[in-house]
Parts: sequence; C-alpha cells; structure tokens
Amino acid sequence: MPDDIKLDKELKVVGHRNVRPDGMDKVTGRAKYGADLILPGMLYGRVLRSPHAHAKIKSIDTSAAEALPGVKAVVTGKDFPDQPKSKPPYGPMIQDAWDATRNIIAREKVFYDGHCVAAVAATSDSIAKQALKLIKVDYQILPHVIDPIEAMQPDAPILHEDQFTLGVEGATKPSNVFRIMKAAKGDVDKGFAEADLIIERDFKTKAVHQGYIEPHACVGNASEDGNVEVWTSTQGHFVSRNQLANLLGLPVGKIRLTSSEIGGGFGGKIPMYGEPLAVRLSQKANRPVKIVMTRDETFRSTGPTSGSHVWMKIGVKNDGRIVAADAKLYYEAGAFKGAGIAAAIGCMFSEYDLENIRIEGYDIVSNRPKVAAYRAPGVPMAAFAVEGVINQIAKKLKIDPVDIRLKNAAKQGTVNVSGIKYGPIGFIELLEKVKAHPHYNTKLEKNQGRGFAAGYWMHAGGMSCASVNIQDDGTVTLIEGNPDIGGSRASMAAMAAEELGIPFEKVRPIIADTSSLGFTFLTAGSRTTYATGMAVVEATRHAIKICCERAAAVWGVTPEQVKWEDGHAKPASANVGDFAPLSLSELAKKAPMMGGPIAGHSEINATGQGPAIGGHLVDVEVDPETGFVKLLRFTVFQDVGRAISPDYVEGQLQGGAIQGLGWALNEEYIYNDKGQLVNAGFLDYRMPVASDVPMIGTVLIEEPNPNHPYGVRGVGETPIVPPQAAVANAVENAIGIQMSELPMSPPKILRAIAADRLKAAE
Amino acid sequence: MSRHHISTTINGDSAEFLCDTDESLLDCIRNELHMTGTKEGCGTGDCGACSVLLDGRLVCSCLVLGVEAAGKKIDTIEGMAQGDKLHPLQRNFLEHAALQCGICTPGFLIAARALLEKNPNPTETEVRFWLAGNLCRCTGYDKIVRAVMATAAELRG
Amino acid sequence: MDEMRYETPTSVNAAVKLLAGEKGLAKVLAGGTDLLVQMRGETVVPNLIVDIKKIADMKAIKKEKGGFRVGAAVSGAELGEHPELSKMWPGVVEATELIGSTQVQGRATMTGNLCNASPGADSVPALIAAGALAAIAGPNGKREVPVEQIPVSPGKTSLAKGEFVTSLFLPKRPKKSGDAYLRFIPRTEMDIAVVGCGISLTLDKAGTVLAARVALGAVAPTALLVDAAANAIIGTKLEDAALDALAAACSAACRPIDDKRGTKEFRIQIAGVLARRVALIARARALKK
Repeated sequence: MPDDIKLDKELKVVGHRNVRPDGMDKVTGRAKYGADLILPGMLYGRVLRSPHAHAKIKSIDTSAAEALPGVKAVVTGKDFPDQPKSKPPYGPMIQDAWDATRNIIAREKVFYDGHCVAAVAATSDSIAKQALKLIKVDYQILPHVIDPIEAMQPDAPILHEDQFTLGVEGATKPSNVFRIMKAAKGDVDKGFAEADLIIERDFKTKAVHQGYIEPHACVGNASEDGNVEVWTSTQGHFVSRNQLANLLGLPVGKIRLTSSEIGGGFGGKIPMYGEPLAVRLSQKANRPVKIVMTRDETFRSTGPTSGSHVWMKIGVKNDGRIVAADAKLYYEAGAFKGAGIAAAIGCMFSEYDLENIRIEGYDIVSNRPKVAAYRAPGVPMAAFAVEGVINQIAKKLKIDPVDIRLKNAAKQGTVNVSGIKYGPIGFIELLEKVKAHPHYNTKLEKNQGRGFAAGYWMHAGGMSCASVNIQDDGTVTLIEGNPDIGGSRASMAAMAAEELGIPFEKVRPIIADTSSLGFTFLTAGSRTTYATGMAVVEATRHAIKICCERAAAVWGVTPEQVKWEDGHAKPASANVGDFAPLSLSELAKKAPMMGGPIAGHSEINATGQGPAIGGHLVDVEVDPETGFVKLLRFTVFQDVGRAISPDYVEGQLQGGAIQGLGWALNEEYIYNDKGQLVNAGFLDYRMPVASDVPMIGTVLIEEPNPNHPYGVRGVGETPIVPPQAAVANAVENAIGIQMSELPMSPPKILRAIAADRLKAAE
Repeated sequence: MSRHHISTTINGDSAEFLCDTDESLLDCIRNELHMTGTKEGCGTGDCGACSVLLDGRLVCSCLVLGVEAAGKKIDTIEGMAQGDKLHPLQRNFLEHAALQCGICTPGFLIAARALLEKNPNPTETEVRFWLAGNLCRCTGYDKIVRAVMATAAELRG
Repeated sequence: MDEMRYETPTSVNAAVKLLAGEKGLAKVLAGGTDLLVQMRGETVVPNLIVDIKKIADMKAIKKEKGGFRVGAAVSGAELGEHPELSKMWPGVVEATELIGSTQVQGRATMTGNLCNASPGADSVPALIAAGALAAIAGPNGKREVPVEQIPVSPGKTSLAKGEFVTSLFLPKRPKKSGDAYLRFIPRTEMDIAVVGCGISLTLDKAGTVLAARVALGAVAPTALLVDAAANAIIGTKLEDAALDALAAACSAACRPIDDKRGTKEFRIQIAGVLARRVALIARARALKK
C-alpha cells in the first residue's frame, strides 16, 4: 500500500473541510447516546457503591431489597463466575480478567470509595434507589493508602496479599508495587560523567479524570435463549464484547454489542463498568435493564489517570546537547495493576535524539478506582518532568527553549529507547515554525510569562475491518467498526470518496454492531484514522477492482486494461480501445445482470503507525496577590502526517491543549482522611470553562507517514502531552519560581511566592 | 403513591406527562416524553447539557421540578429547526466544526440562541461568559465560540 | 416510602399555614437551584415542597421609601434586568449575578442564596454591606431583620418553624454612595467563592469616607460584617495606609477552615487582597454619583 501513497496528487475530498455525516443528528438532538435508548418493559438499574476506601466484605444481605415490590433482580459479586489471573501485558487499556471482574463488582474486598458492591433492577428509578438502601453490607474497615510513595512503604496497608513485585528477585513479602519496569539505552553513568551541567528535580501530579460530559450508560437485554444484546457508550464494542463473554461465561457469538453515539471518552470509556451488571440483571429479570451512572458515580468509580511522583536527572554539555537522562516514575494504578508506565517509558524522551537513557517505572496499586487510559495514557506526567528539567537547563545555560530542543531533536533515523528507528518526522520543521510564529515574538507585559514544551506519542495500529457496499444507484455505504468520538466517520467517508472519485456526500458511513463486521480494535491510541482508515482504503480499492472487472467484461477486455479515475472505469490506455467511461452508478445499475452486488471488504492488522510530535506555546499572566493564572495565548504545533479532516484535527489539538491546561492548573482528585473523594462533581472538580480560555491557535505540520495511503499519523493523544510543562514554564517565567507540583492552583502559587520572598529576605 | 398529572407546552405542542414530586423536568422530558435530545451531564446544574427555555428563560432542566412545568412553555433542541430548515446556529455549528462528540451540543445551541435573542452583537468575552455554564471537554471551546460569533454576524446581516 | 407533597399556595398566609402545619420536613421552593441539588444528593428529603412562585409579589421588584423591595422569587437574571436597581446597588446585583451559570441565573434568587445559609453565598456579603433587611412571614405575623441575622451556621437559619422570607429590602442611598462585590475563585466562572467581599460606602464632598460597611464571605461559618474593617476606612480617603488597615482588619476577622475549595492561610490572605480592590471599586462608583 505505501507504493500508492496519495501525497502529491491534488485531492478533491481528503484534506477539505467536509461537514461531518453525523453532524445533522447531533445538532438536532436526534443522535442517540448511551442513555437515550428506551425499550418496552425496560427496567432501571442502580448500583450500590462502597463508602469505604478499603474494607473486607463480611456479608451482603439483599433479601429486603429483593422483597421490595417493583424490584426484579439483584446481583452481587457471587452472580459472576470468578476468573483466573491472566497473562500480561496489563496497562490502562488491558486488564487482567481476575482484576476486571473485581473492579466491576467487588468480591472479597472493596478497594475504593465508589467500588460497586451490588446492583438492582426495578420498574422505576425511585424503587431502584430505595432498594439500594435495603441492602445490608457488613464491612470490616481496613486501613487505606492512596499516594504511590506511601503505598510503597514497608508498613503500608497491602491491597492484594498475593501480589509480589515483578522485576524484584526473590520477593517474599507481598507489596503494593506490582512491578518495576526498566528500560535503558547507552551508558548513562558515562554520559553524566561527561556532562557540564546536571539538573535533578522531583515532580508530582495528582490524579485527574477524563471528564467526558456523558456519564457511562448502557442497556443490557438478555433473552431466554441465551442471546444477549447490549447498547452502550464505549470506545470499543468488539473488545467489550469479548470481555463480556469472558466475564459472564458466554460464547462470544451469542453477544451483540451496539455502540451508541459516544459523549466523549478520552480513554475512559475503554473499560466496562455497567455492561456486565446490566446483562446479569437482565438475565435474572428477563427484561431489558438500563444503567446510567450519575456524575458522582462517574468520578468515584471510573477513570481516572494515575497520580504520580517522578524523579528526573538530565545532564548536558554547555552547548545544550543532552548527554544523559535518568528517571524514576512512581505511578498509581488504582486498585488493580496497570498504570501507564510502559507508554511513559516508550514516549517520554522520544522526541529527542539521545544516546544515554535509563528509566525505571513503578506500577503501584492504591485505594482508588483502577486507572483508565486518558489520552496518551501515562505520558503527560513523565513529560511534565522531562520538559520541566529541559526548561531549567535552557534557563541555566541561557539558551532559548526552542533552540535547546532543536539541538536535541529527533529526526529520520533516530532510534528511541524502545529501539524504534524513525522514518520521516517533522519535529525540526515544527520547532522552526514555532520560532517564526508571531506568537513567539509577541511582547509580554509585567507578571506575564511564556512557556514552551514538546511531547510525543507513539500511536497504535492493530486489527480493523471495513466493508464498502456500492448500492444500485451508485451511492456508497461504508461500514466500519470504530465508535466515532471526534469526527472519524467524516475522515473514513472522505478517504472512501477520494478513492472512488465521487462526492463526499455520496458515501454514508455506518458503525456496525459486533455481529455485522469482523473484529475491530478500540477507538484509542490515535489509531482509528490510521488503522481503520487503512482498512477503509483497502476495502474501497477492493470494490474498485470489482468495478474495473465489470467494465472489462462490458468492453471485452482484460481487467488490467481498465483503470479507475475520477469516479469512472476508463480504458487504461488508448491501445485498449475507444470505450466511453463507465461511472460508478452505471456499473452499479448493471450489477444485477453481471454477477451481483459490488462490495469490497478488508480485514487488516495494521502496523507501521508513525509517531506524532507536538509543541505547545503558552502565555499566561499571574496575579501575584492571589496566585490566579490567566491564560493569554495558546498555540499548538503538531506534526499530523496528513490532516484528512483539518477541522477535526484542529479540534483534537485545541481540546487536548485545554484538557492539559485543566490538569496543569486546577483539576485534581481530593480525598478526605477516610479516603473518600470529596470533589466528585463538576462544581469542585474544576475543568476549564469557556471564559477561562482564549482562542487556541493551531499550526499543522504535515510530514506524511509513508506507511499510510494518505500519510496519516494519529493526532488525538499528542496534544495532551506538552501543555502541563508548557503552562508550568510560562508560570515560572511570570513569577520567577519553578512549580514542580500539579495542579498549580492559586494557593500553591501564592505559597510558593511567599516562600520565595522569605528566602530572598534571608 | 399517586403521581402528578402535568399539562404543559413543549416546542409549541401541548404535552402531558405523569411525574413524582421529586422528578426533575429533565427526567420528565427524557423518560416520560421520550425526548432525549436534552442531555444529562451532571444533574446538578454544573454542565449545561440539559439547557432548555422555560417560558423563554434559559434554565437547566435538571434544576426544575417536573411539577413546575404545569402551564409553562418549554423549548428544547427538538424544536430548534423549523421543519427541514436548521436554525442558523445549528448550521454554523456544523460548518465551523463546533462539535466533536456532540453530547454538549444541544445545550450549547439552546444557550447560544438565548444569548443572541438578548444580545445580537456580543463580544467574544460576552459569548464566553454567557456560555461558561456549558461544559465541553472535546473542543477547547474555540470553534464553538467562533460558530456563535459567526451566527451573530450573519443574523445582524 | 412517604409521599413527597408539592403545593402552590397563592397567598403568604396559605404558604405559612402549609409550612407551619407540616409535621415532617417542609421546604420552600423559589428558584430551586440549591434545593434540587440537595434532593438529588438526598442530603435533604422534604415531605412537603411549598412553591411560592404563585404568590403575588414574590416575583416583583418594587420601589419603596426610595429603595427597592425584591420579592423572594425574583431570579438573578430578573434582578440584573432592572436598570434602576442595578444603578442604585451595582454591588448587590453583580454579587447575585455571580451565582452559578447563566442557566442558574434564570432561576436562582437572592433570598434563596441567603436562606440556603452557605458561608460562601455570593449575594450575602453584598447584601450585608448594603444593610439589606429581610421581611419574614410566619405563624406569629410579620417581622423584618437585618439580613446578617438570617444565617446562623452552615445550612441553618434563624427562621422559626413556619416562617419564610418573603422579600428583601434594599434601602435608599445617600448621594456619593457606592457598593461593590468581588470574590476569588480559581476559574473565571462556575465556582463557589473561596473568599467573597462586599463593601458599601458613602463619601463626603471631599471624597472622605463618611460611612462604610464591610462584609466577608467564605471565611467563617456565616458571612461576617466586619466593623473593624469599616472603621479602618471611615474618615480616610482610602489612602494606601487606610487600605492596608482595611486589609489587615479583614484578614484578622477571618475564621476559615481548610477544605477542598481553599486553605485557611490562603483565605486569610485573599480576604485582605479583595477588600482593598473592592473598596476602590466602591469608591469609584460613589464618586460618579
């Protein structure tokens, strides 16, 4: 496929600002999200959640709830088969089955405030709520621990008595550290010995939530013959179907999942929460069961991303060339193993061409919900530290922050810590564009500061399927299997229309349920437009091949003598003969007389994804009397490979930047001394609002990924990697103090200013 | 337990539903009338996804009791387009790519319409503060604000 | 499950009768922006909800004795749309308009903000600074008290069983008077005040402060009227020294807690910072009149 890369050709659909095919339903309220399905006879499901951060479940008595009129089913952990421990890998996206079943509904212990203990289905929501109050759970409260460093201490409460640290020889004591993961390249000690300047710092970040506006919602509908239908808001219904089959002990083929429109995910809608409960309740009640989380439940029981401590040491020569980088990452995984340390290790230094790297990552369980993926899962916390130290070095050496990155920038041929050798990447071009941008050269006033940071995401490929059905009239139905969160249907339709040479509006993209298409991996890891896009192009080319064969038959020539151009089959050369071109609709009309319907399909396991690097430029003003940070300017630069839908690429860049801003300034999980989350709502979990931000500039650098027919790199993850460090750097330049803890909330900034004044006075 | 029988007007049509005292107008619109275009993001008035007009006034329908709707006029997203003609805000949201996942979109559209009816020539700052109660996690607000400003300019002619 | 009743009386007396006669928990519903959140969280489960919006005058803003009487169900949006009142008491109006979003403004009321008795209520310091009075109806008739006497602790008021606030009275202003309110929040909108400060003052012809009232929110179990802070600026022209004294008096009056919204130390410091800024805005407004 790389041979056919469409890069230089004038493109008619791809790269244009097409109006998304699902847009009309979304501006009229017609689009159906997770909570919008209403079925006849449907019951309301509700979940009883633990108020304790860590406790043994001595007993659960559901009899009074079951006896309440209107209650049709109650389930507890006992209603689900136990699971064996499964083999690695584990991470924010992949869970051990033993862990997964316990995260969905507690068995022996509850591990966090908000942990599901039981669920009920009733004829009305108010009866369901009342039934929850009638369930008696006898808990033995255990000591809890949340901070990763505290969880590593020898006297810390142990979550899992059978967990011994992987990566430690002969561990005999159970530990909250699930594993220590190491990566290295070159000789770090030698690098430090050669360094002219070494800077070492500690950084901390708090757990933050993905913050999608749609709470988790699903409907489970089991019938007496064992078939199961599920409607759910998910980032991967095929993956969920397989897990559901496993968790419920059902054959995969008996289960059909339909993905609803999805109201945001950012990684947080990869894991299942309500689906197994709704299905089990439905199996017991023989009626459909809907479970919709409240916002409080969404905060307490889903997501978040890891809180972290990161130690970082970087050595440089006087000219700014980095000669050694050493880091230790301590990440909370939540109640079950699988913090994003592998991705962090793979990405944190990867926009730089470094010879000597050493990284140790600690995957640490603690009493909060099992972390879920959140946009470039694991990377922003590490990047906050890397970029923070690089900015300190630039300051010490009086080198421009963009220049120091130019000095160390990865380029074609660079090999990163994971041994990946880069093809063409646009980091140097990006940095040059930053320096030339008017934003970079805007004058700052008093109390204002400018910050810059870069970030990298590796991207994912994986399994995808697509079908292209040419209908009788030449319109096209495109079937794919990735839930569309940010406009991917527009990109899929654009690529199919481009290949077919027909207008964008003639292609209708449909996201198939799990019984209507082959397995398609998650909408995650910025893989969709890359991997599924590739499947779409391949399926379309398959249909085109059939069209050419049909034209060849009409003309009495061989298929090789027919080419496809501008939506028509044409003789490949003048030698073939003088035949009038046949359009797609003409060929479609002939199909019934010529061998039947025209359809193309593709089943692939994509590799060759290209990394994407971004750079964020941020200006802030800090009120020195209150610590309030006002965002003045924000420009996002990113190598996007090729923007199939520039509008939605810009949207990804802008949205990621502002999520990162929230992470940097005010968002955090706040717990009381009992380990209960006290800010489980949008009021006190302070996500950025419209008046907090200015317009967000975007600069798209298009260095095509040669492995994709249109040069696509994923774009969604990278934009959340640089902003934390960029904002911290801007704040530092405004107040003259480095902030090494997130969030940089006003009390922290004011305290830092006061401490600094005190130090100056001494 | 007897439920309240409420007669109201939604998008110009008379409508009736039954509800409990503690049921929100949002739940009544969605669960009783099956009009699911109005969304719940929080249920506590912090996200604006459930925005409707109540007698012409922009409110969060999660913070209104269903019983309070008796004799009132309610406008929801389902009534925003006139037949097959989109409201200019709806069209501009599409043309400016002012939505990604789309869950917050109905609330933004209802709120933005209320703004433009009150203030046909808002500044960017006025748009941002008016819409501060509508959370969007996908877009960073840029394209939403642009779509509203473009609509205001278009409506002013 | 007990049935939750909903009543819409059309007179104050009928409302009082319902509230007084309820054996369980009776709650008044005006804007509902606090009550519905509390009901959803099941921190408040009323047996009776008395919706007062059908009672005459609850939705009215009326001129009275040179000032304004604001009905208990007047929403923030309606208050802000009243040009005369906004001109006379800009600080009270801006404080009320800070409560929640535009959507919340469509429903939330000053009286509700007062009677919810949250220490962080935005309109309350401004109302206290304004010397506003709360008109109360109850089984024993009507009475009127300064607004600062309504909240007694977080979530609790001094209202007796069967009583409810029917209106707030904002008095007439002398010439050269101005008021202002500022709060500190970490975002630009949608937060509960970490600290709030309302100041109302009157100047003489030379610009010297003749009279002042200074109130703080979110720094103690209830909003505080800080006489020492007022005394620090009365007789001054708000020179730097006077502003320093004002800030110090405000910080000294704080009895805050550490919570998810801010630390003790931060609140004490910010109270002083805000007071200085609010005093200058109030003065600028007074000078224009």
